[in-house]
Amino acid sequence: MEIKDNLVSYYVPSEKKQLELQEILSFIQKECKNSLISIDLTNFELSVIIKKDKLYTFIEFIKNNKVLMFKQLIDITAVDYPDRNNRFTVVYNLLSLAHNFRIRVKVEIEENQMLESIVALYPAANFLEREVWDLFGIKFTNHPDLRRILTDVGFEGHPLRKDFPVTGFMEVIYDEEQEAVVYKPVELIQAYRDFDYQNPWMAGLEELALSEIKNKSEENK
Amino acid sequence: MKIDNMSQDAILQSYNKDNSGFLVSQVDSVVNLIRSNSIWPLTFGLACCAIEMMHGYMARYDLDRLGSMPRHSPRQADLIIVAGTLTNKMAPAYRRVYDQMAEPRYVMSMGSCANSGGYYHYSYSVVRGCDRITPVDIYVPGCPPTAEAMLYGLLQLQKKIRRRGKLWR
Repeated sequence: MEIKDNLVSYYVPSEKKQLELQEILSFIQKECKNSLISIDLTNFELSVIIKKDKLYTFIEFIKNNKVLMFKQLIDITAVDYPDRNNRFTVVYNLLSLAHNFRIRVKVEIEENQMLESIVALYPAANFLEREVWDLFGIKFTNHPDLRRILTDVGFEGHPLRKDFPVTGFMEVIYDEEQEAVVYKPVELIQAYRDFDYQNPWMAGLEELALSEIKNKSEENK
Repeated sequence: MKIDNMSQDAILQSYNKDNSGFLVSQVDSVVNLIRSNSIWPLTFGLACCAIEMMHGYMARYDLDRLGSMPRHSPRQADLIIVAGTLTNKMAPAYRRVYDQMAEPRYVMSMGSCANSGGYYHYSYSVVRGCDRITPVDIYVPGCPPTAEAMLYGLLQLQKKIRRRGKLWR
């Protein structure tokens, strides 16, 4: 891989490491041909998109394979793309401490589809999958205890979905008569305002600044 | 000694026998003075404001010298400092802790999150000000307020107790 310009904001590993990354890429490409949708290496970060039903076997393979040894689960998260057919992309970040490599495993699923839980492989996945269920509403099969983890007891909806309103639906207030904290529908004294700082005088200024930086770097050459 | 039958001079003389002086005051004022100089706050840190609150207890500002010692039980506390973001999930617990405190009790709302929801005012999970759950005596602005600001708030609360505190409510 070539570095195209001098303005690199990401970590560039040594050449030896870059070669090893390439090797790992081709190894995964060769070994997991039938579970891969795509694999790429951008900014020296390994990123894999795999088929939905092959998730468990793929992660089991990269965990237990001697060459890869991705023994640590760093994070599970999801991304909501409302205009795609496969609405959610679930992302698994894994680390191989033995070989010092990281991998990003992505699975694309539709809104009502379920994924296989990997709690049997990584106990850490228990809370992470609960979090993904809580905030995105993605269900995991074979999860031992799939319930909400962060939001309020009895909360409705999944807050990190794009169609969830920022202010939510319910708010709490202390009721003097009932002598308890009660829920009631949200009433905002001032409506939520989306501040758009792009005024007509500033439009295109970002591109201008970028082109200036480019010109300067060319002058330096 | 029967005070009723003695003249004022006789009372003064009887106290002055051993050269010990005395002061005349109202019971309310004395009680308020004592209360305002031993405000024991409950540690109720919820977010980054709690860090500033801890700074307040540490060597530089040292709230202990104002008689403010952090308590870990609401039953022993006079003041609850709501230091941080009060979420919907925390609100019933907060109210419960407040109810467990003995009278007279005071509430200090510390930081913009506790004052009004602040940065999270439009969030789906945050109470828009802790005064929706309990009455509040002192609001300390800031995000987070410095330890100094919190100390100032405490001094203001002392002033409030001295001026408006009552023995009987």
